[in-house]
Amino acid sequence: MQIPAPFDYVRATTVDNALELLARYGPESRVVAGGHSLLPMMKLRLSRPEWLIDINDLYELDFILRDGNKLRVGAMTRHTTLLESDEVAALFPIVRDAELVIADPVVRNRGTIGGSLCQADPAEDLSTVCDVLAAEAVIRGPRGERILSMSEFHRGPYETAVGQDELLCELRFGIRPRSGSAYEKVERRVGDWAVGAAGAAVTLAADGTVDDAAVGLTALGLDHPLAEAAAVLRGRRPDEELFARAGTLAAAACDPVADQRGPVDYKRHLADELTKRALRRACDRAAQMQEG
Amino acid sequence: MQISMTVNGTDVTSEIEPRVLLVHYIREVLGLTGTHWGCDTSNCGTCVVLMDGQPVKSCTVLAAMAAGHDIRTVEGLATGGTLDPVQQGFMEEHGLQCGFCTPGMMLTARALLDKNPHPDDTEIRQAISGQICRCTGYATIVRSVQWAAAHPAGPGLEDAADTEVKA
Amino acid sequence: MTVIHDRPSNPAAGDEDRPIGYGRIQRKEDPRFVRGQGHYLDDIVLPGMLHGAILRAPVAHARLVSIDTTNALAHPKVVAVITGKDLLGLKLAWAPTLSADVQAVLVTDKVRFQGQEVAFVVAEDRYAARDALELIDVEYDVLPPLVDARKALDPDAPVIRDEIEGRTDNRIFDWEIGDKAETDAVFASADVVVSQEVVYPRVHPAPMETCGAVADFDAVNGRLTLYETTQAPHVHRTLFAIVAGIPEHKIRIVSPDIGGGFGNKVGIYPGYILAVVGSIVSGRPVKWVEDRSENLMSTSFARDYIMQGEIAATKEGKILALRTHVLADHGAFNATAQPTKNPAGFFSIFTGSYDLLAAHCSVTGVYTNKAPGGVAYACSFRVTEAVYLVERMVDVLARKLNMDPAELRLKNFIKPEQFPYANKTGWVYDSGNYEAAMRLSMQLAGYEDLRREQAEKRERGELMGIGVSFFTEVVGAGPRKHFDIVGLGMADGAELRVHPTGKAVVRISVQSQGQGHETTFAQIVAEELGIPPEDIEVVHGDTDQTPFGLGTYGSRSTPVSGGAVALVARKVREKAKLIAGAMLETRPEDLEWEKGRWFVKGDPSVGKTIAEIAMGAHGTVALPEGVDGNLDAEVTYDPPNLTFPFGAYICVVDVDPGTGQVKVRRFIAVDDCGTRINPMIIEGQVHGGLTDGVGMALMEIIEFDEAGNCLAGSFMDYLIPTAMEVPDWETGFTVTPSPHHPIGAKGIGESATVGSPPAIVNAIVDALAPFGVTHVDMPCTPARVWAAMQGRARPPI
Repeated sequence: MQIPAPFDYVRATTVDNALELLARYGPESRVVAGGHSLLPMMKLRLSRPEWLIDINDLYELDFILRDGNKLRVGAMTRHTTLLESDEVAALFPIVRDAELVIADPVVRNRGTIGGSLCQADPAEDLSTVCDVLAAEAVIRGPRGERILSMSEFHRGPYETAVGQDELLCELRFGIRPRSGSAYEKVERRVGDWAVGAAGAAVTLAADGTVDDAAVGLTALGLDHPLAEAAAVLRGRRPDEELFARAGTLAAAACDPVADQRGPVDYKRHLADELTKRALRRACDRAAQMQEG
Repeated sequence: MQISMTVNGTDVTSEIEPRVLLVHYIREVLGLTGTHWGCDTSNCGTCVVLMDGQPVKSCTVLAAMAAGHDIRTVEGLATGGTLDPVQQGFMEEHGLQCGFCTPGMMLTARALLDKNPHPDDTEIRQAISGQICRCTGYATIVRSVQWAAAHPAGPGLEDAADTEVKA
Repeated sequence: MTVIHDRPSNPAAGDEDRPIGYGRIQRKEDPRFVRGQGHYLDDIVLPGMLHGAILRAPVAHARLVSIDTTNALAHPKVVAVITGKDLLGLKLAWAPTLSADVQAVLVTDKVRFQGQEVAFVVAEDRYAARDALELIDVEYDVLPPLVDARKALDPDAPVIRDEIEGRTDNRIFDWEIGDKAETDAVFASADVVVSQEVVYPRVHPAPMETCGAVADFDAVNGRLTLYETTQAPHVHRTLFAIVAGIPEHKIRIVSPDIGGGFGNKVGIYPGYILAVVGSIVSGRPVKWVEDRSENLMSTSFARDYIMQGEIAATKEGKILALRTHVLADHGAFNATAQPTKNPAGFFSIFTGSYDLLAAHCSVTGVYTNKAPGGVAYACSFRVTEAVYLVERMVDVLARKLNMDPAELRLKNFIKPEQFPYANKTGWVYDSGNYEAAMRLSMQLAGYEDLRREQAEKRERGELMGIGVSFFTEVVGAGPRKHFDIVGLGMADGAELRVHPTGKAVVRISVQSQGQGHETTFAQIVAEELGIPPEDIEVVHGDTDQTPFGLGTYGSRSTPVSGGAVALVARKVREKAKLIAGAMLETRPEDLEWEKGRWFVKGDPSVGKTIAEIAMGAHGTVALPEGVDGNLDAEVTYDPPNLTFPFGAYICVVDVDPGTGQVKVRRFIAVDDCGTRINPMIIEGQVHGGLTDGVGMALMEIIEFDEAGNCLAGSFMDYLIPTAMEVPDWETGFTVTPSPHHPIGAKGIGESATVGSPPAIVNAIVDALAPFGVTHVDMPCTPARVWAAMQGRARPPI
């Protein structure tokens, strides 16, 4: 079996303690949560931290709670918890869509939302989910707490705004009436990373026209929500023609790379097709919420 | 470093290197070789054990991270001399061939049935979808878990479930 | 379940309506497996045992400039570091392969594939061994790699095996069979000729347990005990005697419980030899177990056949002839595990299940800068490739003729009365009733209804496909006069001892990797002697404990060892008759057998059971002249011919027109493996093979980039089906016993792996018919299926 290079291990007891440990051990330390991204990299010895700071005891970061018009999700919330939360599914159905296709049930028992976002893999599904839901990331560090938008949080592939001495603690999602969201992914096999995926979130106005919309892509070379698609949708009544236009815009805006999962033209096609499907489902759900 | 945990109901304490993987701790320090491993990347699920009742891939958990937790391996499935219905089900319905993925499959099945005593076939397939079997083609594993669901008290006993669950 | 049998029963097979040997019983090996008490290679711990790890080449083709092991040797826990130079001194740097080639144990001159073995570290524990790999400095002079087999014979292709004197190209062999002139003549006058290039990509058996060895060399007694993940312990013993120069009587090979083999565990890998060298050098036992990447990147792959197929027929749909040329990529060393006289394995069975006028095939094997291997993954010595080719070609023809593919097959099958049937490439098929199996599968599938449903869905723009395949397998090699592996004739032995209390031990030369030998072979003895299976212990996997034989691969166990076990039991039965005669003071010819008992003809109340006879044999009964005082026997079974299982498969798929994703909705498999022993085990073998088929058809592939980097070096990239990709299998069977096999059994282990890929691909191509698609190469990933819909069968990657 592959085995990580030697390191020292310390278990953080609280967020404050974790921040102290990060400060003490400096750039050669890494935080481990679920570990399903970090440990395989360490086994390949592509990652060789000298100190591993285990934050699995930070139960204070394992929560899903409604706070006014926000849903607050602790960074240590496991994928399984998110998947199984009926409250999350009712407010943000895209989360359950995505969680159902993230890795597999056993990995989901360990993996956390914070770990996924901090890994910032371009094929990582929850980044897109948080993008289109316009989540806020709550980060704590020696200089206190800061709240970033997702565009501020993402810095590119495998890179986020979370500093070496900081910890992502929480994600906040704004709850809006008459909203719906959906995630559509094509994978070669259950548990595989996305060949391509699209997420959409839509809020309808009282008259049934689109009040606000966001479309994001996963693994297709677009690391921010597609503003053009939102602009096309806003103020219009959702229909197939509108979805098709958004799909075309997504295909034009993405910049996928060819790999074993498929060539560029196929992935570009997926941007189009999956955008349409995600929007269609998101709008249906928004309409249902309106009726319900 | 020193770690302590509960394994199959017994408290264990050991001095280990921090990098020791849980699967190696279980197999090589504790000598419980019923837990196997099949890959290095947490893709195959051969190494699944229960941690606080939940299936986890022990090749991707450090032994140090499991300290303080309750671990259950295949050796802890039977109670006394009596097989868990899941173990019996795998024998009844040919849910195993080479036996290598079997401990992980059975532990996931046990966790599923604890949460959902009467899963449908799709729920069983979803539950084991992070675990690869190269021999059986899965249908007999599904049947094995259904056998266990239909016989929650094990073989030879009249279960109320018998009448409720279709084979 | 429906059973069809309208051929005369083989008297040896008993009643065809029932399986033999108590039929569906639980497996004798399961109680230990479900308790986690299986004993696999990595579970072996010997006192003082060290751990080995292999440093592997990061590039595909490079001159080895230098290796510096100083820092690794300085590691406090490192006991030894072995390089190719050390092995040259021991004359162990190169080892013979199973195909009369040699393979580098450690690189001495040149790296020939990415992942090749460069150095071996022996250390106190496995973590230290891994750490020390990083402390070895190797300098390479990188050479241009040869990745594409199609370019292997180009004049400017790099010569991979330049260490072989006089070698100037990458050609391994050219081999052909069939009458070319006759075949060409039939093609020239045929109404219809269609051709198609069919690629069977490189895949990997990837058993859940990787390969490994524990070597324990006892220097005082000169004795080597080698625990190995091997499907063929006796062949390994002989080869180790030849390779390592250790006398064969001083070698014991132990194959413990095996976590799946599928042909991956037939060959002798450098790691096994290195463990032995490590034990000799250190004087302590050495364990070496590969990780998953090592398994996928360096051990025996499967397939990698580029096949140009052509089929000739009349316009009414009578198939006349087949011809093909194959380009076979064997990787850097010709290490395919197959009979010596068959460089393309049993590919020549590509004539399939059809009565042809002529057939011809030629195969060119080439070296490339890829891992060696080729015959593995339940392929029955390349019958997978053969069946895939012919079943794709028949479908291509059906499209051309606008005929239903099931109907076209029915029209061309070899008829029951034509058996034994000599095909055009030298095989004599033992028995078959192909039409019955085909019709049963169509009935189980509801074929007509499916076609109606498909037509309705097409109207609505939905893509549903129905794929048919029919295969004839050829398994159970020998006879030994025709088939050998490195000179060892393909036969298997069995020894049977009935102990005084009537309990029996049967020792066999084949090794289970999950097939349930401990159960099946006990059942065969049970059928023949009337001893219940639970009273029969099956011993296997230890060369000190078992008779010589060639091992388990190519679905050999039941056809060859099954024959051996039946015959050894009959030998015991005949001996029991002599002893019973003495005990009953009756002439043996006056005795009659019924299960488990010899009794006096006409007076069934006077008789002796096998247990009583066993006690008599070991007791004080005066034995007849020439009868030893035991109830033991041994045989080596040299099969007179191979057996030819067959089956009819129907697959139903749904294709998402927007994404190209394929869902296998239903799969109906009707298999005929002759006489059936344990139906539960047979069904399990079929299910497993069908899942392999889904894997190969939809997702499994070992690809390389232009630099020769393996792109499938982990289970993140080498995808294997999960429970979500496969349907609830629907199985049925017919029973057509083999006329020459002692119990009429034919073998089932690889039938479904052989037969299912074409059914799935045919279904996908059928679903895409509205787009004019006639072929899609495996694996039919969403990207490839979508590209096919755009008029491109294979997307550029």
